[in-house]
Amino acid sequence: MKTVWFHMQGYRDLPDDFHKRYESVWVTPPNDELCHSDQVAKYLRWNAQELELADDLGFDGLGLNEHHQNGYGFPVSPNLMASILARRDSDAALVILGNTLPLYNPPLRVAEEFAWLDCISNGRVVAGFPVGSPPDTVGCYGIPPTQVRPRYYEAHDLIKAAWTKPGPFPFNGKFTKLRYVNLWPKPVQRPHPPIWLAGGGSVETWKFATDNDYTYSYLSFNGHLAAKGMMDSYWQQVEKAGLDDNPYRAGFAQLVVVADTDAQAEKLYLKHLQNFYAKSMHIPPHHIAIPGFMTKKSTEFNLRKGASSFARALGDPYEATWKHFTDTTRMVIGGSPATVATQLEEAVRNLRVGHLMVILQIQSMDHELTEYNTRLFAEKVLPRMRQIWDKEGYVDHWWPSGATRNQGAAQKEAAE
Amino acid sequence: MNLPVRFIKVGEALSPTPVLEKGEGAALVYLHGLLGQEWNGLLDGLAQSHHVYAPAHVGSDEPEELHSLDGIYDLILYYDELFDRLGLEKIDLVGHSFGGMVAAEIAAAYPARVNKLVLIDPLGLWRDDAPVEDHLLVPPERQIALLLGDPGRADVKARMALPEGSEEKIQELVRRVTTMASTAHFLWPIPERGLAKRLHRIKAETLIVWGADDRLVPSSYVQDFANGLAKSKVVIVPGAGHTPQFDQPDVVSEAILNFL
Repeated sequence: MKTVWFHMQGYRDLPDDFHKRYESVWVTPPNDELCHSDQVAKYLRWNAQELELADDLGFDGLGLNEHHQNGYGFPVSPNLMASILARRDSDAALVILGNTLPLYNPPLRVAEEFAWLDCISNGRVVAGFPVGSPPDTVGCYGIPPTQVRPRYYEAHDLIKAAWTKPGPFPFNGKFTKLRYVNLWPKPVQRPHPPIWLAGGGSVETWKFATDNDYTYSYLSFNGHLAAKGMMDSYWQQVEKAGLDDNPYRAGFAQLVVVADTDAQAEKLYLKHLQNFYAKSMHIPPHHIAIPGFMTKKSTEFNLRKGASSFARALGDPYEATWKHFTDTTRMVIGGSPATVATQLEEAVRNLRVGHLMVILQIQSMDHELTEYNTRLFAEKVLPRMRQIWDKEGYVDHWWPSGATRNQGAAQKEAAE
Repeated sequence: MNLPVRFIKVGEALSPTPVLEKGEGAALVYLHGLLGQEWNGLLDGLAQSHHVYAPAHVGSDEPEELHSLDGIYDLILYYDELFDRLGLEKIDLVGHSFGGMVAAEIAAAYPARVNKLVLIDPLGLWRDDAPVEDHLLVPPERQIALLLGDPGRADVKARMALPEGSEEKIQELVRRVTTMASTAHFLWPIPERGLAKRLHRIKAETLIVWGADDRLVPSSYVQDFANGLAKSKVVIVPGAGHTPQFDQPDVVSEAILNFL
């Protein structure tokens, strides 16, 4: 299995009564009250150092994403941080998950920047193509909800054509019209970097993944028990499409906290977990369930299910105990290295995922604690993770060809 | 709402549009606001002297169909075609809120089609010093307060009440979402598409009706509409919000009937 050290790049010092004073962590948290640039200067250096540390410690990949006007993460263009990491001599993958295609105008910019990153990193780029969340696309970037998916599909077609067809050629889309598409440079990886989809579990995206033979990552913060139904539906779609059950078709994000003992982990991390669910997940339904973002079919489906994607059965996170997070709900995997490794393997096998995005910097965790968590994970948990799926002989067809670290026997054989 | 409904097909990509009809006399088209198609007291009043046509906004049932209408220009052409299919030439045109914006756009694009124009708390203009409020990314109670009135009021509660049966309830909730999506398609993120530069093209005599306490579009917009239109009259409805025909149906009916 591939383990990706994934950085959310959020604001680590939100006030403790944040969720009582403000409507949302996303779109509208007032910048002058909450986001201080001198603090951000410090965080961005920490973020880079933490990702570089993960690179040095042997994680298979470094994970970045894109969000806007968001206290839980504001990596406005993940390509900026990716370019810092791409310059290093490394064999780790740069999992950029990804560029929110509907937000780029023209989306040719995404084709160019991913290609450029792929060149400077020597083929280590994963090109993530998320549709984007309602808060980012509709809330922050002002796209009419009914236009998000049409823009996404058109941008996808343009980028793929730009990477694979000889230029110059014309592109006549509804949203983008270009007389001369002629990318300088094209990516190092041919025909193009592996494309990963990511999302919150929409049926349309699964279908798009299987139609194109892309891998899909479910970015949830609620753990594998809550994700099970969703991921089972994804695998049903894979089966329906007549594709194999290679676990590398799926990815999953998981909050993980490690310490020497279970008791020590509770002591070190409980406060940060509470902060994460109280502050980072403080997103009201009206920023998520925006009319027109989902199809009528999906809207009806969700109403019948009685579900909302960010439903929080948690109650007041500050009342939630360590046991609640790590045992009752398994939203978080935490404890001693042995506990964490066992539970992670269980989660990974339960959901059948080959790409595990571990989130080891959580909300208010400072640099020192993040480093501790990362080192302990790398030393004591990571080696066990690598063996998963390896003896079954699965090959990751969605891993960048320039990211050669930690290849299992099957992968090596396939590469040769 | 046991009214005759006619389903009119316009264009290949769109499902037939339901048009509610009542009354006899000169043709009057009513374009509804953000809460969707309905028959109300105002329309009963107008139907006493007019043949009233009240179409649902396009895409209200299936917003995905709106991929065939890229913006306000396509929407104006759509209405021209809908009126043709209904056999209408010259009409009186009444529009509320989003429907008011569309009515003004139609009257500016096809000045010869519209006899008299009534705009009730219309969207369509923008002032930086008095921004139109956001009705989309807000909690449900705030949305109701902006569009209809204090959610605690008995009449507001009754208007927004959901049906009893669970299936009917789901269908109504879906209808509210798709209706809101169908207007957001043309409005988001700023409910203005250049009407200010086209207002002068409107030839129809125009009645501007405004709820004095409109919380969505402040009544300071009244003057901008009045200034932009060649021939206009203004009626401010006291004790009324963004939907004055809901708060003061008699006052609004009377003002419009007198004008027509």
